[in-house]
Amino acid sequence: MENIKARAEKTAAATEASGGGRVPAVEMIGITKYFRSVPVNDSIDMKIYKGEILSLLGENGSGKTTLMNMLSGIYFPDSGSIRIDGQPVHIKSPKDALDLHIGMIHQHFKLVDVLTAAENVVLGLNESFRLNLKNVRREVASICEKYGFTVDPDKKVYDMSVSEKQTLEIIKVLYRGADILILDEPTAVLTPQETRRLFSVMRNMKEDGKSIVIITHKLHEVMDISDRVAVLRKGKYIGDVNTADTDPQQLTDMMVGHRVSLNIDRPEPDNVRECLKVEHLSVIDADGVKKLDDVSFTAMGGEILGVAGIAGSGQKELLEVIAGLQSALPGSSVIFTDRDGKTSSLIGKTPMEIKKLGVHLAFVPEDRLGMGLVGDLDIADNMLIRTYRDGAGMFVNMKKPRKLAEEIVEEFEVVTPDLLTPVRKLSGGNVQKVLVGREIAGDPSLLMSAYAVRGLDINTSYIIYRLMNEQKAKGTAVIFVGEDLDVLLELCDRIMVLCDGRISGIVDGRTAAKEEVGLLMTRLETEAGK
Amino acid sequence: MIHISKRPDFNRFKGKYAGLNRWTGFGIHLLVRLIGLVLALAVSGVLIYAITKLNPIDVYAEMANGVFGTSRRVWTWLRDLALLLLVAVGLAPAFKMRFWNIGAEGQILVGALATSACMIYMGSANIPTPVFLLIMGIGSMLAGALWGIIPAVFKAFWGTNETLFTLMMNYIAIQLTSFFIPMWEHPKGSNTVGIINAASKAGWFPEVFGQQYMLNIIIVAVITVAMFFYLKRSKHGYEIAVVGQSESTARYAAMNVKKVVVRTMTLSGAICGLAGFLAVAGADHTVSTATAGGRGFVAIIVAWLAKFNPGTMAVISAMLVFLNKGAITIASKFNLSNDVSDIIQGIILFFILGSEFFINYRIQLAHEGKKEEK
Amino acid sequence: MGTVLTQIISLITTAISFGTVIMYGSLGETLTEKSGHLNLGVPGIMYMGGIGGLIGAFLYETNAASPVPGVGLIIALASALVCSLLGGLIYSFLTITLRANQNVTGLTLTIFGSGLANFFGGSLSKLAGGVGQISVAVTSSAFRATQHLTDGIPYFDEIFCNYGFMVYLAIIIAAVLSFIIKRTSIGLNLRAVGENPATADAAGINVIRYKYAATCVGACISGLGGLYYVMDYIKGTWANDGNIEALGWLAVALVIFATWKPLRSIWGAYLFGALYWLYNFIPGQSRSMQEIFKMLPYLVTIIVLISVSLRRKKEDQPPSWLGRSYFREDR
Repeated sequence: MENIKARAEKTAAATEASGGGRVPAVEMIGITKYFRSVPVNDSIDMKIYKGEILSLLGENGSGKTTLMNMLSGIYFPDSGSIRIDGQPVHIKSPKDALDLHIGMIHQHFKLVDVLTAAENVVLGLNESFRLNLKNVRREVASICEKYGFTVDPDKKVYDMSVSEKQTLEIIKVLYRGADILILDEPTAVLTPQETRRLFSVMRNMKEDGKSIVIITHKLHEVMDISDRVAVLRKGKYIGDVNTADTDPQQLTDMMVGHRVSLNIDRPEPDNVRECLKVEHLSVIDADGVKKLDDVSFTAMGGEILGVAGIAGSGQKELLEVIAGLQSALPGSSVIFTDRDGKTSSLIGKTPMEIKKLGVHLAFVPEDRLGMGLVGDLDIADNMLIRTYRDGAGMFVNMKKPRKLAEEIVEEFEVVTPDLLTPVRKLSGGNVQKVLVGREIAGDPSLLMSAYAVRGLDINTSYIIYRLMNEQKAKGTAVIFVGEDLDVLLELCDRIMVLCDGRISGIVDGRTAAKEEVGLLMTRLETEAGK
Repeated sequence: MIHISKRPDFNRFKGKYAGLNRWTGFGIHLLVRLIGLVLALAVSGVLIYAITKLNPIDVYAEMANGVFGTSRRVWTWLRDLALLLLVAVGLAPAFKMRFWNIGAEGQILVGALATSACMIYMGSANIPTPVFLLIMGIGSMLAGALWGIIPAVFKAFWGTNETLFTLMMNYIAIQLTSFFIPMWEHPKGSNTVGIINAASKAGWFPEVFGQQYMLNIIIVAVITVAMFFYLKRSKHGYEIAVVGQSESTARYAAMNVKKVVVRTMTLSGAICGLAGFLAVAGADHTVSTATAGGRGFVAIIVAWLAKFNPGTMAVISAMLVFLNKGAITIASKFNLSNDVSDIIQGIILFFILGSEFFINYRIQLAHEGKKEEK
Repeated sequence: MGTVLTQIISLITTAISFGTVIMYGSLGETLTEKSGHLNLGVPGIMYMGGIGGLIGAFLYETNAASPVPGVGLIIALASALVCSLLGGLIYSFLTITLRANQNVTGLTLTIFGSGLANFFGGSLSKLAGGVGQISVAVTSSAFRATQHLTDGIPYFDEIFCNYGFMVYLAIIIAAVLSFIIKRTSIGLNLRAVGENPATADAAGINVIRYKYAATCVGACISGLGGLYYVMDYIKGTWANDGNIEALGWLAVALVIFATWKPLRSIWGAYLFGALYWLYNFIPGQSRSMQEIFKMLPYLVTIIVLISVSLRRKKEDQPPSWLGRSYFREDR
């Protein structure tokens, strides 16, 4: 493991040497940014040269987007300085950034739906009193021609596909004269063909002398498009290498670092039985994009099945379909087997129908306050979400939930002034304790959790791991969607890896290597691209 | 540079408030409201002085005398308070569900029409008073409920904008009233319905405990208390709270959101319809396009300001009805138009609405370089 | 045959002169809603515009030795604009700066405006030491002056030239608004503010300034509706009959009917006017049935509202941020 770091340092030094003669277009020096006293960027030094494509690589939460947001004027660094073409600058707003010819294409597009492409391009520019869209069309056409885009300037944004919207965002930035373009995960929403087209445009822009930063965590794309790769890990700058001098293995090592030993308990599974059988599950979203594609797996009672994958690979849809919150395409099948061996199909059922089938299903969703809990209600009232219908009569029985709330507060050491405090006012960790506590109180046969330890402190995280293991010991099938591979590898019995809505592999948590899982997370597309 | 940030939500009796203990937080809350109210009275006072050249304090004293001077005045005040409160109570479940029911005015009116129809067509049937009142009450609730269900169904199934829909329903109800007035006209040619069953008093609220308006007050008090428990403690109330907060949580909790929306608006409309029953059988004994008298709109503001808490609603209703009655007293005393009450009411509401900002947001001088988001 | 034609012409002229009140209200509200603010205070603002103009003209006519119609007109116009601007400013300050709830603030403004107007409408002459109904005949004559263009073409003058200047002003304002919203940078920015203030903000548009401008100018335009009603439609008097309020709500409805397009407001307003008075032209109606006919504008609006939500055609939807306040740090 030591040699990885050494290799990274060596190559980083080599790059420094190679870039020696050139003046960087952008120089970020000692950039530090705190969110709620947690450093998300920790004294980062980074350079961007003219006429290069730089990949900014890192896992979720490594601080890539935050770093670039400080370049595009969304955030202001707590300390550190930025130089453009050697001149120190202060970038305080997106407008400042544009004036310095820096443009960023965010993951969530900033476009007005009911306006046309051309109208979006000139928004806020006030070039003339009377809108002269003819000029805009001409200018847009010439940008398109120069870099190889196609966009219909009179098409409304709501009629556009995701890739068209992205194209429009790029044109918008170019129209405003950007020389430094930052693209935040641009390929996350694109098909392989669209990605290829985007990359060819990016190469054309590079030829034109523009500097391009692409934020990504897909290794094959890094290898495909970039000249140089800079790697961030947990808010720190790990180093940069020339793409030509590296390979995916080295980049993975730099990105994930050496395996951290967390010492999470993992008891041997006991009395394993089939609990949930998912076959040929496919889901499309409202825009017709396939979110899950022919997914088949089995979750066993008495074991923890980890789900790994880059954010947005279909984890949310998978859990919501099982919970009855989303509908699946015909041909999908989800069969639940309870402890007595009785089977029931969950597909096409509403949450109410699933409940009536007697299936005890616990679900800790990713959006804790937007879905799992009601922020304005107090802890006791939030206990009711699953059970408010219990008991006869029109009134809610408040005794049980209040008792449950007390138990949870006591057992999990929830920090709260009292039981009447709205849960929104609790800290993230305490919110999660309340949510998980409620879900396991229903004595579930199947427990699904999405990013159960995101944003939690170490102590609370361990409480959550312990609870998952307790459920496993009780014979519950636990599906644990996670983002930290170290945790997945130490907690889960098996790990299913999702990539672009498909299963790219199911590995044994006890024997799998971190690098193996990391590669599986991005592998499918390489295969599709062949 | 002034920096404005959201204060953490403050709940009067729950927990701590921005690091302060609950009583300090409550104190700030109350202080902001009081400052708002005092400013509003001062501005109204200036206005009163400009118009009448009278000492505003004398005028306010005169208003108090006009409202509380005799026991009959106090009872009328209580009756009107009860009516406004009932409408606000009816609106509370809809607004708690974030359903903008601007249509209370129409719901009151159709309730009033149903009541009047019963009184006119069944008044000579010699039905025992309690039974008759029950029939009228149910009729008015059905009419109001219908007025609530129509926009609710369209909102639940097709997302039709409920604010504007319910607003239009008001005018349909007004025209419906105008439709019935010529049919029920008395005396002929007056274009008014006149006092219904003036001689027989059939369908009129009877005196209870020797008080003419006691029944109104009892009905409203019972419904207000019932609504408090319905919203706070019932399964339906729980569903309303969750749907109003987040539809995705509601679905997660296996609730049928459409059903909750339609059911809640049925209830809301029915209670507003019942207010029409009170207005006709319990107070005016006639019906006109002015029977609702803007209460449907004022009640929205009452319910909103009270954050749907029935107790607070009663306090705000009491204040607004006091202002209304008081202003009418001074208007007649100084030979001015009654509309002065709407002016004062408007000014006070403006200040109360404006003071919300100082409760919800914290204003401070910005610190250079600390432009942190989220 | 002749009487039918006369009836039709009469319906058209009634529709145009009545519809103009609604048109002003709805044009102002359209502009306001384009910035993302649903102002339910339109009836109140129309009241304020009407009473403002009346007070201005009344003070001028009672104090001037021999009032000149043209001067009265300018004074009435100016004071109407000032009063409706005041209404717009109250609403903007509360909803934009203090972020109060738009619906509640609007309703309060309607209560306030109608109270203010009816109070002064009823008491003004008394306050000024006079007796009887308030009347500003001289100024009103300036508002009602008509200019006949042709003599030769039958019915042309009757249908098109029979109105005071404010009827034509409304059409001009509609055309100008339509041009500004559709064809200028200002309009483009305004649409962006109402659709997606965060995007507009990121594009360097001053969201607050646009909201204030749209709401206040919108209030002035709506207020002109009240002025026209008082000075032209009811000939410079005051009627405490709640008509302005009803017309104000119709104006809010017309915005939906016209799907937020000023040019559609023109014929929409005339259609509303025609529907409102249709009962007068259908013989043999009982008084009751006439009232049923008066429901038509509201019923039509509900039908439009429903069909808009069913069709989900993007161009016909309200500005998507309508009714919500914008706070940059909320994102």
